[in-house]
Amino acid sequence: MSNQNLPTYTLSEMKQEAVCCTPTPILQVRDLAVRYSNKAVLSNVSLDIYQGCITALIGPSGCGKTSFLSTLNRLTDLHPTAEVSGHILFDGQSVFDDTVDVLALRRRIGMIFQRPNPFPLSIRRNLELPLKEHGVRDRYTRQRKIKQALEDVGLWQEVYDRLDGSALSLSGGQQQRLCIARALVLEPEILLMDEPCSALDPIASNVVEKLIMGLRGRYTVVIVTHNLAQARRVANYAGFFWLNERVGKLIEFGHCRQLFEAPTDALTAAYISGVQG
Amino acid sequence: MAERVFTSVIIACAALVVGALFWVLSDVVSKGFAHISWAFLFSEPLDAGRSGGIAPILVATLWVLVIALVVALPLGLAVAVWLSEFAPKHLRSTNYTRITLDILAGIPSIVYGLFGNAFFTLYLGLGYSLLSGGLTLACMILPVFVRTCESGLRLVDDDWRRGALALGMSRPSAVWHILLPAAQPAILAGLVLGIGRATAETAALLFTSGYVDRMPESLLDSGRVLSVHIYDLSMNVTGGDDAAYGSALVLIILIILLNALAQCSADSWFKRRLNKA
Amino acid sequence: MSYCSRNDRRWHRILTLLAASLAVLLAFILLFLLYESWPFLSRLRFEDGPFQNPGWYPLEGRFGFAPMIFASIAVTLGSILLALPLGLANAVFLEFYASPIIARGFRLLLNLLAGVPSVILGLWGLTRLVPMITQWQPPGASLLAAILVLTLMILPTIALTSASALASVPFDLRAGAAALGLRLNTRILYIMLPAARPGIAAGVLLATARAIGETMAVLMVAGNVVQIPSSLFDPVRVLTANMALEMGYAVGEHRASLFASGLLLTMVVWGLSWVAYRVGSTTRRPHTNG
Repeated sequence: MSNQNLPTYTLSEMKQEAVCCTPTPILQVRDLAVRYSNKAVLSNVSLDIYQGCITALIGPSGCGKTSFLSTLNRLTDLHPTAEVSGHILFDGQSVFDDTVDVLALRRRIGMIFQRPNPFPLSIRRNLELPLKEHGVRDRYTRQRKIKQALEDVGLWQEVYDRLDGSALSLSGGQQQRLCIARALVLEPEILLMDEPCSALDPIASNVVEKLIMGLRGRYTVVIVTHNLAQARRVANYAGFFWLNERVGKLIEFGHCRQLFEAPTDALTAAYISGVQG
Repeated sequence: MAERVFTSVIIACAALVVGALFWVLSDVVSKGFAHISWAFLFSEPLDAGRSGGIAPILVATLWVLVIALVVALPLGLAVAVWLSEFAPKHLRSTNYTRITLDILAGIPSIVYGLFGNAFFTLYLGLGYSLLSGGLTLACMILPVFVRTCESGLRLVDDDWRRGALALGMSRPSAVWHILLPAAQPAILAGLVLGIGRATAETAALLFTSGYVDRMPESLLDSGRVLSVHIYDLSMNVTGGDDAAYGSALVLIILIILLNALAQCSADSWFKRRLNKA
Repeated sequence: MSYCSRNDRRWHRILTLLAASLAVLLAFILLFLLYESWPFLSRLRFEDGPFQNPGWYPLEGRFGFAPMIFASIAVTLGSILLALPLGLANAVFLEFYASPIIARGFRLLLNLLAGVPSVILGLWGLTRLVPMITQWQPPGASLLAAILVLTLMILPTIALTSASALASVPFDLRAGAAALGLRLNTRILYIMLPAARPGIAAGVLLATARAIGETMAVLMVAGNVVQIPSSLFDPVRVLTANMALEMGYAVGEHRASLFASGLLLTMVVWGLSWVAYRVGSTTRRPHTNG
């Protein structure tokens, strides 16, 4: 098993060097703070997300990692009591500008959730609906894109004969891959993943993890995970969040290998070595 | 574009419903207010109700309500307590009792009227009387009252039950001193629901408490309740519309007053219980 | 200790007896309905049953329920057809458009409307709605008037149950739809409403049961002519109204036929509640096999 994994690891290491030799930031986050009904959950977060790389965010539960992800595509708008301050620059434009087209923003920044959330529709409808919504009128183009997305997540072989069956009849791992396909079909630039493997069994989790590694280079991925080994396997960059006086803070951010092998902060070192994990 | 049409349709529908409600209420309040006075409340109806007041009708309404509540409240509470505290949990009889309640709650009120007419007025020989009417209403509000109370008792934390029993309290006194006060909101909701239904009911009373609009002399005397009065004035008495609107306003005010009264008395009763315990 | 438990047991027994009295009540109601309608039911044969139409001439012993059954169905269906889209729109407004304060006020208004006694809605329909329809298409008291008043009555039920069904759609679905950049109307029409379908259907069935069992509001505005209506503006008499109108003087087989119609109505309402219960308990959720 470990023999099988080893080549993949080195391969990704090679890819990492190839893609990220000259990192350009696609998202610049400065002094970000989030409050829910006047209770601060996240404060003072500044980091850059580099194009084409995988950035992993680690840290204990409840330290604001999910809230951080939700600010990037302005999903915080769904919470009426959420207040966000600070700056997020995406392609040089602030995400929080009133002039920003939120729907277009969310098309460019896709999101995968912790628990698979396929719509209670057919498999095809799940992919077709967002395409239609974003103006892909031609049926054949849609069909081509749906097939492409399903192939990208390795689901095409498993479901091509039951595209009109309910998406809820799929297994958990398949549902999650369908959700990834649903995000990919819109050809986003960035994919946000909120613990995409935590609700899956180990085998399905492995499949999804391989899939995420395959996205490197084509997409910018920000992934929240509790699984340190996983973060280490997939990520180029890593950020460590910690709960400081009940408010989430970004403690350390840097190259994945550096953060795991030579953390500068004592908290990070302790968390990684499992003392406080 | 489509979104704007959708939004306007939704808002138009909401406005339509609000408009209709205000139309009904403003009609009832303005026309009713024009007809209402102290003399209207405290005098006998004359000329089939076209002029004069509604004193005997108010008296009959209150008597019917009192009879219904006096019968339904203790019985309903007892059954609710039995269902949530004493009934064998997974036994058929418990389930059957619940199904029975739901079936009873589903019977249309006019059918309760038929039953009341056949059973109370004829079979038991109570005749068209306040007593028949009140008992019929008691049967009608019982199932709803039991169901609301039972769900409230069910929500009471099991720790309280265990705690009371661990202190060596007998189960009846645990119910009386701990559980009933804890379930107060649900009991109150059931009471308000019951009062609302009983006061508004017309069809079940047409053939049980009768139409006679003079002052009832005893519980075995026939009496006309407010809702029947409104029906009779508007349908059978030409020129009775103004008095009907006056009575309608009185009925609405009565329901609001009774609800407030139920709220206050339940508050003080439960407060006494909690202080004593 | 033994005293305590004996006391407990005595209470248990008393309460059990009281609970049993409910079953007795139900049995009594059914028994009396059957007993009273027996003279009618015993003479019922399939070839000249109530679904044939010999006309409703109770004094001549001709009891044809067909026009009234038809009227009941027409009034109920009509009011559901009107109240369903309106109620859904109101539920959507409540859940997705109204700010928390407006939503609270709106909910209060809907509850208020649900609490208006049906006889008052009937009075309002009779003195406001019917004259307006008369000016347009006499005679005024008609199928249409009954449908409109009944719509007003069942609308709050549909709106409030649908709103709570929408509110209980998993947040994951809501967030997933938003994260794809779907417009609000697409999210509501294609994701939220389909996901909330079981709850909405249960609410609609309960409203249907209420509409078909409603007496006063319909009685006061429908005109109460026994006939199969040929248009929306024809006066009709529904089953419940028939009972309310004729119980006062009915005797013998006539009275029995009224009780039989009550029995029929009860069966229909029970059937609807049962279906509502079954539909409401089949909740469909994602991740069930995850």
